[in-house]
Amino acid sequence: MRPARLTVATAAATLVALTAVTGCTEKSGAGDGDRVIKVTATDDACETSRKTVGAGHVELAVENKGSKVTEVYLLFPDDRIVSERENIGAGTRQRLTAEVKAGEYVIACKPGMKGKGIRQALSVTGATTAKRDPALDKAVAEYRRYAQEQADATLPKVKVFTDAIQAGNLAAAQSAYAPSRIGWERTEPVAESFGDIDPLVDTRADGLEPGQKWTGWHRLEKALWQDKRIGAEEKTLAAQLVKDLTDWQKRVGTAEITPTSMANGAKELLDEVATGKVTGEEDRYSHTDLVDFKANVEGAQEAYTLLRSIAQKNDPALVTELDRQFAALNALLDKYRADKVSYDFVSYDKVTEAQRKELSDAVNALAEPLSKLAAAVVK
Amino acid sequence: MTESPSRRALLGWGGAGLALGAVAAGSAVAVSDSGGDDHEPSTAVEFHGTHQAGIATPVQDRLHFAAFDVTTTERAEFVRLLKDWTEAARRMAAGRPVGEGAFGGLAEAPPDDTGEALGLKPSRLTLTIGFGPSLFAKFGLAGQRPEALIDLPQFPGEALDLARSNGDLCVQACADDPQVAVHAIRNLARIGFGKVVVRWSQLGFGKTSSTTPDAQTPRNLMGFKDGTRNIAGTETDRLEKFVWASEQDGPAWMAGGSYLVARRIRMHIETWDRTSLQEQEDVFGRDKGEGAPVGKANEHDEPFLKAMKPDAHVRLAHPDSNGGSTILRRGYSFTDGTDGLGRLDAGLFFLAYQRDVRDGFVRIQRHLATDALNEYIQHVGSAVFAVPPGVRDADDWWGRALFEGK
Repeated sequence: MRPARLTVATAAATLVALTAVTGCTEKSGAGDGDRVIKVTATDDACETSRKTVGAGHVELAVENKGSKVTEVYLLFPDDRIVSERENIGAGTRQRLTAEVKAGEYVIACKPGMKGKGIRQALSVTGATTAKRDPALDKAVAEYRRYAQEQADATLPKVKVFTDAIQAGNLAAAQSAYAPSRIGWERTEPVAESFGDIDPLVDTRADGLEPGQKWTGWHRLEKALWQDKRIGAEEKTLAAQLVKDLTDWQKRVGTAEITPTSMANGAKELLDEVATGKVTGEEDRYSHTDLVDFKANVEGAQEAYTLLRSIAQKNDPALVTELDRQFAALNALLDKYRADKVSYDFVSYDKVTEAQRKELSDAVNALAEPLSKLAAAVVK
Repeated sequence: MTESPSRRALLGWGGAGLALGAVAAGSAVAVSDSGGDDHEPSTAVEFHGTHQAGIATPVQDRLHFAAFDVTTTERAEFVRLLKDWTEAARRMAAGRPVGEGAFGGLAEAPPDDTGEALGLKPSRLTLTIGFGPSLFAKFGLAGQRPEALIDLPQFPGEALDLARSNGDLCVQACADDPQVAVHAIRNLARIGFGKVVVRWSQLGFGKTSSTTPDAQTPRNLMGFKDGTRNIAGTETDRLEKFVWASEQDGPAWMAGGSYLVARRIRMHIETWDRTSLQEQEDVFGRDKGEGAPVGKANEHDEPFLKAMKPDAHVRLAHPDSNGGSTILRRGYSFTDGTDGLGRLDAGLFFLAYQRDVRDGFVRIQRHLATDALNEYIQHVGSAVFAVPPGVRDADDWWGRALFEGK
């Protein structure tokens, strides 16, 4: 992952963009008054005109009658952001839109743009969201299943890794490190949407916030390759890694996934490669970057494959290009492993600067058209 | 002074922007014809013409030069790219954003234009494309490679870094605003992803030669005036004789084009700065203040070469010492910070246009083997390109004559 600060911000921003976008593409039914919730914000209150609304597209009509700049959030109960609007000046009005499923939500006003905000509950009733293309719903359902499968399959591999650490077996732990990360890396955008788990399991030394204890895979990677020792601290960290990833496995099914988040997630996986793997920063001690690289590409390709028939209808040229570039990047990666099923990739410190440039060029060639997939899916 | 519309205004006016852009471009042509260096920096340079802009055009203040390698093997796809590039270049030269612009489009898609030039003036942006020798081995173009586009021979003392040399293609972006030049290359590189890759690029500042000799001659990073006798954009006769390839030179697709040699010349700044003024002036064969040749009072006085030391740079490089060989120089200073030893990584990014590389750069550079200046410089990057003729009109595109014949 990228430094935690960035990643969390990116994940939040992605969710915001997605929900906002989804709102825009659905018919808002202008004049449909019961879809609009009036939010009157002051310096010490946050009044909402409705406490319940039907599932589907909703619009928050915000008026800031206070003296401070405010921001308004629509939140899930666990504080994940559905939609937000910042910098609402005193005396001004703003609108934000979102598409919501049935459930409990929170509307929060933050006068002065600080703190947890003044909160109001919002119940969303009904069984369905707004009208959607069933093909998109199917793609989302299948991707959700994929994310769960990856998490389920990861835990046993993580156990192999952590058992080796508990046994003090350096060599066994080293060889189990990269395989234990594959499922996580394949579904990283989903995994990162849980802003609390990601910093615990996949933070690099340079991504630590002040005061944050370094835990997770990369901390253990450093112990195994740089320090070449397994002590009591490492064994404790190994146990915690299992605990944190079990938490991920349990919660991955609840992640908010939309067609646009799938498409953008695929692009983000390539961005992960472009910023962290291709430079060798991600696995700087073990040099197993190409394993993560391959897993990122596989995850992106899975999301793309599930959306491909929809994109094909809207932008056939884009699909042709993406098919070609996925094939080209995979063919290039195959040069760095013994056979096409093995995950024993060449150690990244043996990959020359010229080869890294070739890999980087291939990532750019794929990521640029992939950045157009979301638009092709929601057209 | 013509007040030209800003990019934002052009964007906002939509269709009207086209017409206004054309007017702005027309006025810039009038300015450049006057030959002065006192250009309104906001104006647009006409993109269309017999020759590509960016060669005889009055030299702008800033450069972003990029060399690309072609990765696609499909001719149709490469031609598509050349057309897309031409369209983007046409828009950017007029001060307009690429495609649908930098904002206001589909929320789910990244904008077509990267946006950092919004609100900036056209800044006399010129974009000039060139085709390297290695391109002609691709797409069945071997028979179209001009004889004048030789692979440069090895020159004594050079230490070429392949990562900063060669390339199938190049684009030279010159503008008065560095952000405008960088924006242009960045957008072209992005359009090219999957078809071409950036091989190397170079930023330049402080033009080191002028194509407008009425203006003050600029100085290079050694502090000397450079380009006193350069070919001016108004000297039609000398341009025809030394710069533009003709129909007779062959091949036909290059008529109206030129040949570009690009060299990254590192200067040993620290040792130069410790050199006595006398030696510095002896090395060049001119004085440092006026730029006057040895024994003369003023910069533009006719040099008496025999008064200079035998290894003086001006003496060896002068057309009279090279059977009349003359090139049009368009170089820029560069500094890429400091190297690992704390030395300024700086020098001259040398750009020379000529009708034939053999009679131009190669002949002169061979003669410079004994140049006293060589102690203080080293050529570390090198590339040569065939620069096709200009894009004639809105239906034309870069390289059409090469790919489709006339």
